[in-house]
Amino acid sequence: MTFSKSLAMGVAALVLSAGTALAQSTEIRIGVALEPPALDPTAGAAEAIDIVVYQNVFEGLTRIDQTGAVQPDLAESWAVSDDGLTYTFKLHDGVTFHDGSTFDADDVKFTFDRILADDSVNAQKALYAPISTVSVIDPLTVEMTLSRPDGLFLFNLGRGDAVIVAPESAETNATQPIGTGPFAFVQWNRGSRVMLERYEPYWGEKPALTKATYVFISDTATMTNALLAGDIDGTNNFAAEALPVFENNPQFKVLVGSTEGETILATNNKKSPFDNLKVRQAMAHALNRQEIIDGATYGYGVPIGTHFAPHHPYYLDLTDTYPFDPEAAKALLAEAGYPDGFSATLKLPPVAYARLSGQIIASEFAKVGIKLELINMEWAQWLEDVLTNKDFDLTIVSHVEPFDIGIYADPNYYFGYDNPEVQALNEQLNATIDDAERKTLAQKIETIIAKDAVNGYLFELAQTGVWNAKLEGMWQNAPIEGVVLRDIHWAE
Amino acid sequence: MTLYIARRFLGFLATLLIAAAIIFVLLDLLPGDPARFILGINASDASVAALRTQMGLDAPALSRFLSWVWGVARGDFGLSSTQRAPVSELIWERMAVTLPLTLFAMVVSMLVGLPMGIIAAMRRGKAADTTLMVMAQTGVAVPNFWFGMLLTLIFAVGLRWLPTGGFTPWDEDAGAALRAMVLPGMALALPQAAILARVMRTALVDVAEQDFIRTARAKGLTRDQALWRHGVRNALLPVLTILGLQFAFLIAGTIIVENVFYLPGLGRLIFTAISERDLVLVRGATLVLVVVVSATMLLVDLGYALVDPRLRRESGR
Repeated sequence: MTFSKSLAMGVAALVLSAGTALAQSTEIRIGVALEPPALDPTAGAAEAIDIVVYQNVFEGLTRIDQTGAVQPDLAESWAVSDDGLTYTFKLHDGVTFHDGSTFDADDVKFTFDRILADDSVNAQKALYAPISTVSVIDPLTVEMTLSRPDGLFLFNLGRGDAVIVAPESAETNATQPIGTGPFAFVQWNRGSRVMLERYEPYWGEKPALTKATYVFISDTATMTNALLAGDIDGTNNFAAEALPVFENNPQFKVLVGSTEGETILATNNKKSPFDNLKVRQAMAHALNRQEIIDGATYGYGVPIGTHFAPHHPYYLDLTDTYPFDPEAAKALLAEAGYPDGFSATLKLPPVAYARLSGQIIASEFAKVGIKLELINMEWAQWLEDVLTNKDFDLTIVSHVEPFDIGIYADPNYYFGYDNPEVQALNEQLNATIDDAERKTLAQKIETIIAKDAVNGYLFELAQTGVWNAKLEGMWQNAPIEGVVLRDIHWAE
Repeated sequence: MTLYIARRFLGFLATLLIAAAIIFVLLDLLPGDPARFILGINASDASVAALRTQMGLDAPALSRFLSWVWGVARGDFGLSSTQRAPVSELIWERMAVTLPLTLFAMVVSMLVGLPMGIIAAMRRGKAADTTLMVMAQTGVAVPNFWFGMLLTLIFAVGLRWLPTGGFTPWDEDAGAALRAMVLPGMALALPQAAILARVMRTALVDVAEQDFIRTARAKGLTRDQALWRHGVRNALLPVLTILGLQFAFLIAGTIIVENVFYLPGLGRLIFTAISERDLVLVRGATLVLVVVVSATMLLVDLGYALVDPRLRRESGR
């Protein structure tokens, strides 16, 4: 495809300078690379689900804004008890679901009982485990009690996994989503597009757009053509290699922002030789982050030295913990008992950043004597081999969940890091509400895992959106998965 | 003739049953847990286990196979595990794109390819023959998706006569649906037409050497008249075989062109379902493809009998 791609771009750039912008409207057509398998964000982890429905069709008690901060949503206010264990939510009055039924405290209770049920299929069920009871005080008041304080509780309530659903429609949300958001679902032509339209009785401020269509286009060259031909108005995250076509074209704007995707060279800490700290340190010294970022993300990734998003206030820049130094790497390998290096496998999921990074890392590691065999896999196989069976040496993957440093406190997680100190700190972090204290605790964990070189910390994925130059109000950063339509509008 | 049809039909049923078994076993051996795929890398084991139970993955293989076959026999293909919608409905939606696209491409390729082949054969060795065969050779060599991209650049991005892709349902706007078929249809048809032209020419050239053509000429027909009246029909046998194969290819094998034009066709449905480990959907869709392809082959076999009376007599004995 490389040839056809460059052909497409070259010719398109020539042909297109004369193109005209479409008449302004209140409608938008957004290109999305992956089609959601279903449209229920409480029963699946696919990012594509949130891209279509999060904050558009469905709303939670709280919502995450574009800076990553928690804002009130269906809960207009809340009070927290002094011990941090009881939350009393005051709900918005006059909210209706798109089928006309009224939203009240019973829907909130139903939603969380469903998440916590034994047969729950919520992908993030564990995040809501601290909730012990949800009780309806009156139709507009809900009280939740927690078994332990949880500093991320309000944030987690704002995730797509905790949007409020109604008992009448919960079972059919996968194909016919019914929420309380500013946009109602109209139709889904599978394999092709999803259409939303503005929900006129919406309780909050009405969005400027009246209609939004998500068009599913997986091929990069095709998406380029669709943008150039004006068949779509933008895409929230486009392949970096295709951006040059748009960067100098006044009809488009390219928005480069950050995401929550920490891309790591995940390492099987329970397996020899990776259970040896010196070996992991040697690998960290052998990584040349800038080379990887330039080669695998066309320079758009942001280097990270630990498992935390650089745009977050708790982030600590630890990229200098083990600077690129092949000689130091060789010395550490010799100390660890591998003067001639060793061989290992690197299993790569089918995403461009992983496949490209893998090739670069293999050549960097070869220079210090570590011979990597690259094994390409599709997602389903990767999930089974690496995540479930932990049958791997090294792999490359982007962890896109916000604030997910807690995975380092789970010794049974796939990379198998077992450090009681981190586990204790994480428990303390979970139970702390005070922001300054939380920051100190989080940074302690960041430092320990960086020093332990648990995984190779490579880069934070960038969000690179391409939009019609006349569109405004899109999120530049992606502190949470989704394409939030409420502020998007055409410039006068 | 009845016996001939009955025998072919029995073969058709046997093919289906064997195919069903093979599809089931192969998909069962495929590594990857559908429930884990849906819930992603942060899901707890308990949620994954709950979903596995809900999807009926806990039952032993044999009982799952039998309940699948029993369901299919009653027309129930089950519920897609990722999309939570009936498989038959999902396949049917895609057929609304794939079938018209296939027919469009078949018709165009015949309208272009057959006359090219016949003219080339009649003008064998002359300039027209050489020109047409060079064109056909080029057509065979050009991949359809590349040709599709070229068409997009000229007619969609450059001239803006047609959309770059996508599909509007027939009942919403039939004109738009038809317009969505044009570029992918041409991209699929022209390489097929090139193959068809070459097969047609070769078959007709072979027939031209036969005794019955010489007899026809001895009775006073010109070479062209003899070929047109007696040759073409006899040359159709290999062409029919190729047409059957092309139909099968177009129904299932258009995934790259579907990707280039982001069309919701059957190929993309199956491709996505495989990568998402939607076993119920893959099984159902592949079985439908087996049915379509075997049915096409059955029709081709019957078509032989129509074109060639000898087959009828031999097998009818």
